[in-house]
Amino acid sequence: MRNALGAVDSVLLLGGRSEIGLEIVDLLVRLGASRVVLAMREPLDPPPKLDAEVHLLPFEALNTASHAEVFARAARLVGDLDVVISAFGVLGSQEEYDADPEAAARAVAVNYGAHVATGLHAARVLREQGHGTLVVFSSVAGARVRKANFVYGSAKAGLDGFAQGLADSLHGSGARVLIVRPGFVIGRMTEGLKPAPLPSTPRQVALATVAALRDGSASVWVPRALGPVFRAMTFLPRPIWRRLPR
Amino acid sequence: MKTFLTGWGRTAPTPATLLRPRSTDELAALVAHAPGRGVVARGLGRSYGDAAQNAGGLVLDCTGLDAWTFDEPTALVTAAGGVSLHDLMAALVPRGWFLPVSPGTRHVTVGGAIAADVHGKNHHHDSSFGAHVRSITLVTASGEIRKLGPGDPLFLATLGGMGLTGVIAEATFGCLPIETSRMRVDVERTADLDETMGAMESGDAGYRYSVAWIDLLARGRRMGRSVLTRGDHAGRTGEKESPAFAPGAWARAPGRVPNGLLNGLSVRAFNEVWYRKAPRRRGIVQDIAPFFHPLDFVDGWNRMYGSRGFVQYQFVVPFGAEETLRAIVTELSRRGTVSFLTVLKRFGAGSGGMLSFPAPGWTLALDIPAGQPGLGGLLRRFDERVADVGGRVYLAKDSRLRADMMGPMYPGLARWRAIRDEADPDGRFRSDLARRLGL
Repeated sequence: MRNALGAVDSVLLLGGRSEIGLEIVDLLVRLGASRVVLAMREPLDPPPKLDAEVHLLPFEALNTASHAEVFARAARLVGDLDVVISAFGVLGSQEEYDADPEAAARAVAVNYGAHVATGLHAARVLREQGHGTLVVFSSVAGARVRKANFVYGSAKAGLDGFAQGLADSLHGSGARVLIVRPGFVIGRMTEGLKPAPLPSTPRQVALATVAALRDGSASVWVPRALGPVFRAMTFLPRPIWRRLPR
Repeated sequence: MKTFLTGWGRTAPTPATLLRPRSTDELAALVAHAPGRGVVARGLGRSYGDAAQNAGGLVLDCTGLDAWTFDEPTALVTAAGGVSLHDLMAALVPRGWFLPVSPGTRHVTVGGAIAADVHGKNHHHDSSFGAHVRSITLVTASGEIRKLGPGDPLFLATLGGMGLTGVIAEATFGCLPIETSRMRVDVERTADLDETMGAMESGDAGYRYSVAWIDLLARGRRMGRSVLTRGDHAGRTGEKESPAFAPGAWARAPGRVPNGLLNGLSVRAFNEVWYRKAPRRRGIVQDIAPFFHPLDFVDGWNRMYGSRGFVQYQFVVPFGAEETLRAIVTELSRRGTVSFLTVLKRFGAGSGGMLSFPAPGWTLALDIPAGQPGLGGLLRRFDERVADVGGRVYLAKDSRLRADMMGPMYPGLARWRAIRDEADPDGRFRSDLARRLGL
């Protein structure tokens, strides 16, 4: 249960290798969480050092038929799920997708379709519990889709819309959705890429996410300044938007 | 239709189906058909944390069970679980009787008073509410109605059991005869914590009621300065003094108060005035309500903390562990922690309840606005220090303790669990507090 000061007890991380996801789990454990389930494709070896009871579960994002069982097993292991973090995903490059439309469709299936499945499973569990927060990672890439990464961006745009709708459908149930919209995150996923303006680290994204969880916010931009920047970007005329370098 | 519920601290709301049974039979039927998320009883919602909440499950508002009788020759009240102590006092005081234990508010139910095994300013003299209970009628998980006496293990698991052994449908307890509805009160101001504790150690035995209000924001030489208030029921001095009881609320807290109204500045100012205006007199005559329940004069005073709500932290450390108490007061004072009402008291013997809070020692209660930075870590460090010396925190006030502290703090936990598991094998009685603390 979330306590009076916003600390939680149990966490399910889908995409247990995610840098941002693990940073969030690490912070939540430091703030008092004692039971953690890491669901991932291949088990981490060695498992992360956390001062908590840690369970590992196999999880395959594209095998949506298996997702119900993942949630059922997680609930059997730790009881009520206070926080579910949907942190799996692939970035890929636009050139790669241009050359291999099938790979593009697969990436969209992971970055969007699979999140729809886990999101709806999480919503069912949290609604029944009457409490709990689902953390969804949107991105500035989805705030206004750019030609430089429109496959990835369009999946994030879809996910952002899905998460907003899900949040509204959960209103009044006690369950909530937190939408995190990071900008460029310097980490494993973006290795070799030149950072965009206002970049952040996985730790910074995690700190912002945990603060938003504690305050019960519906969404958070990381860094915060990206919120007004991208809201303004939506009004940029298309010919100009098209000419932006990336 | 779900209703969002919180405790008196107004933190961590969760939705539940709220039903209000009007009879014990109806209550038993609702318990027997409780949904998968379980059921818990709720009284007047004065627990500070999540004890009377049950996210996604069923909560039974027991205030509809409000019948009671008083047998004057034996001085025994038999009251349904939903009867409020306020209603009992209003009827009993004019007849020359008082409740054996009166917590800081009258607006609690008999069921809640037993489930939290509440204490008052007379704990050093009279123990807690549970010590005066002769029998409990409990609706257990199967919907069975069982009458329990102090010799039953389930009775002792129910005192302080936070409603997790069953629903208290009715209880019988003893009352205290009084000659008047007045209190004879001595008030002293002490210069620091050592003087406060010294005065309580040497003088408490001479009073039925004793409590010290501490100015937690005073630092340095004045750290722990207090107003010590002690008294007894006043005897009759003239013909006309028949007991009476008609307190009302003087004021009502506004519906919306900004967060941070109670801050370092405003509380410091209040403390200064409160300390200086304390009369330093002996033999003051006061009515029951201002002596026992000053906060009840402001209706909805919990709203003064704003929308973020507040956290109560009350712990007890055994006699001999005064150093731990001193260290905690010192740290709170040094950090300038804002606590509007900080109260120190000495506890006497416990009631025997397996999860009852009071045990012989010193108890300190704080209420702290929930938004203060670093509060979680600070209180967790205090938890460990308190547990290290054999102390514990009060579950009726708690809203943030970690499950792993329950075992070290409550030595009766294993026995309580065994009895509860026998009475409720499927875990039908559940609350947010139970989930948070792994009970």
